[in-house]
Amino acid sequence: MDLKKRILEIAPETQFVEQGDIKAIVPSSSFYALAKKLKEDEDTSFDFLLSLTGMDFGDSLGVIYHLESTKYGHTCVLQTSTTNRENPELYSVCDLWKTANFNEREVYDFFGIRFINHPDMRRLFLRDEWNGYPFRKDYDMDSNPLNMTNEVTEDKTTELTIDAEGNVIEKENTLFDDKEYVINIGPQHPSTHGVLRFRTSLQGEIIKKIEPYCGYIHRGIEKMNENLTYPQTLALTDRLDYLSAHQNRHALCMLIEKALGVEIPERVQYIRTIMDELQRIDSHILFYSCLAMDMGAITPFTYGFRDREMILDIFEQTTGGRLIQNYNVVGGVQADIHPDFVNSVKKFIPYFRNILKEYHDIFTGNVIVHQRLKGVGVLSKEDAISFGTTGGTGRASGWACDTRKRKPYAMYDKVDFKEIVYTEGDSFARYMVRMDEMLESMKIIEQLIDNIPEGAYQVKMKPIIKVPEGSYFTSVESSRGEFGVFLESKGDKYPYRLKYRSTGLPLVAAVDTITKGGKIADLIAIGGTLDYVIPDIDR
Amino acid sequence: MGLKKPKIKSIKYEEFQDNESLEKMAAELNANGANVILGAVDDVINWGRANSPWSLTFATSCCGIEFMAIGAARYDMARFGFEVTRPSPRQADLIMVCGTITHRMAPVLKRLYDQMAEPKYVVAVGGCAVGGGPFTKSYHVVQGVDKIIPVDVYLPGCPPRPEAFLYSMMQLQRKIKLQKFLGGVNRKEKKQK
Repeated sequence: MDLKKRILEIAPETQFVEQGDIKAIVPSSSFYALAKKLKEDEDTSFDFLLSLTGMDFGDSLGVIYHLESTKYGHTCVLQTSTTNRENPELYSVCDLWKTANFNEREVYDFFGIRFINHPDMRRLFLRDEWNGYPFRKDYDMDSNPLNMTNEVTEDKTTELTIDAEGNVIEKENTLFDDKEYVINIGPQHPSTHGVLRFRTSLQGEIIKKIEPYCGYIHRGIEKMNENLTYPQTLALTDRLDYLSAHQNRHALCMLIEKALGVEIPERVQYIRTIMDELQRIDSHILFYSCLAMDMGAITPFTYGFRDREMILDIFEQTTGGRLIQNYNVVGGVQADIHPDFVNSVKKFIPYFRNILKEYHDIFTGNVIVHQRLKGVGVLSKEDAISFGTTGGTGRASGWACDTRKRKPYAMYDKVDFKEIVYTEGDSFARYMVRMDEMLESMKIIEQLIDNIPEGAYQVKMKPIIKVPEGSYFTSVESSRGEFGVFLESKGDKYPYRLKYRSTGLPLVAAVDTITKGGKIADLIAIGGTLDYVIPDIDR
Repeated sequence: MGLKKPKIKSIKYEEFQDNESLEKMAAELNANGANVILGAVDDVINWGRANSPWSLTFATSCCGIEFMAIGAARYDMARFGFEVTRPSPRQADLIMVCGTITHRMAPVLKRLYDQMAEPKYVVAVGGCAVGGGPFTKSYHVVQGVDKIIPVDVYLPGCPPRPEAFLYSMMQLQRKIKLQKFLGGVNRKEKKQK
């Protein structure tokens, strides 16, 4: 099927830009109709909104959509914009893809674009009284001094709709009314895994609605990147999702290498793949430990951390860092692997394979665990795709969304491993996916570790890297889902816009759907199995 | 009598950094002398307090994972008496600020600090809490927690190693040992004319 022709049929004014990835520039008036058609038509069926990126083009403000079809696997990039900088308005797509709800709020927060027909047009990360929109190019960095007054939480929100005459009108929506019993969980709560805040409306102990509040660890990494050279931007990726530090950095390195057209030596690909998988095991062990701890089991926590230290030792030996390694660089890796690296990895794998049985013995078979996880917090496959909950959560719902299989990178097309998919979609399936994935990761490492080829560990790059003009997107499978990087370059040594597809934001967006009708006590276990990392959500 | 050099069992006094400021503190407290009996009671109280600081489970980002690591078996902070962590600020003696503090989080942190009972201590863990770390140029990051709350011990690193965590806690123990509750003598104060 010719996608270009198809798009032109629906929206004839569309222009195509072929710099980097092919991008369709659609006028804002016909954008919603096109998106709806692309999603609903049988032969296109773009049911997965991978990424939604706000952009400041200088003269106009716009949004870039990365769409993908889970049925056919084809992708397309759409862009729409408005020249009205005073009062920018675009049409919302949150009724087509549920993940757009939070993403559009993010765009409103950063760029001030208001989305028509969006039911809840509030800021997502910043405080309501924040001045201006920080990601606009003309934003004054000193315009918001530290405000130490306590935040007031509003129960009202606005929605923009179109009336019969075609004018945009503002409508007031209510999040929680006065009669509802609303309790606050977080941001300082030991089991939200960081500084996430939920406002939870309860009926007895049944959850009626959950409203997540993000931004307590929003550091503005994407905005900072716009003033950093490409090698400098790498340092901040490790701090996004620190349990996927290798994979995040891998994604950005891969993107820059792809844009520059640099050929990466095979040795580097091997090392990167092994490191990524070790990182995944590390992250999943931590998941196991923390989930057990959240549910009141202390022993698995000490078990998990004992074995995690072995991986951290391997990391430390080669990279010098335990949690944050700063290992990948553009064109290769920072330093060659330690002479003892192969040995220590080979010692670790059989040990851990044995110990994993112990993990199952002590926790998985426990009747309390079964009762608290089985059949609890079910997420259907349709919702998983609509929310874009990639990673273990999506695979537990029967959605085969592994980026390593869908868009193989590094060595993943040359190794043999199984994509773990469960169909139940409940907390227990989410738990089991991660436990089984550790076995697959070990399998991958075993296939590679003996065959690391000789050669250079780095391609010499120029000290100043200039990425050719265009827009690029790459993604990797991080420990908790598809981590994507979008780069818009103007040919400078600084990125014009660098956006990270957060793996955790869709998970938090889905919390309301997953927990609705469940018990408040299960919220903690569900949050544990969703396995989000807050600094990755807030960026 | 009076306050002595704070002693930590496993490390020699001379091997610690920044002994000068502790000595200055001790000299100030000892300036007026101390009651023989009450001073001894003070020593006992300080010994107890220094060996059981309960920290608040407060972590915003990466450093929190390392904090969990020192709670686990390998680094085992229980050896030094720090193992009890409390999710409620009302029950905590100290707050380890693990991670970046953003503008939105700052009032929350201040509130947590205000809710803690005196005497309370703050350890700024990691580059971000010490001075903004890699995010100093961000529009939404507080340039160090000492802008909001008083800090007792600064612990740099991104994230600091577990050994560094333990060292910072020992430094805090030394500071805790230098405190007077009962043994101060006010007699020598001169009347104001």
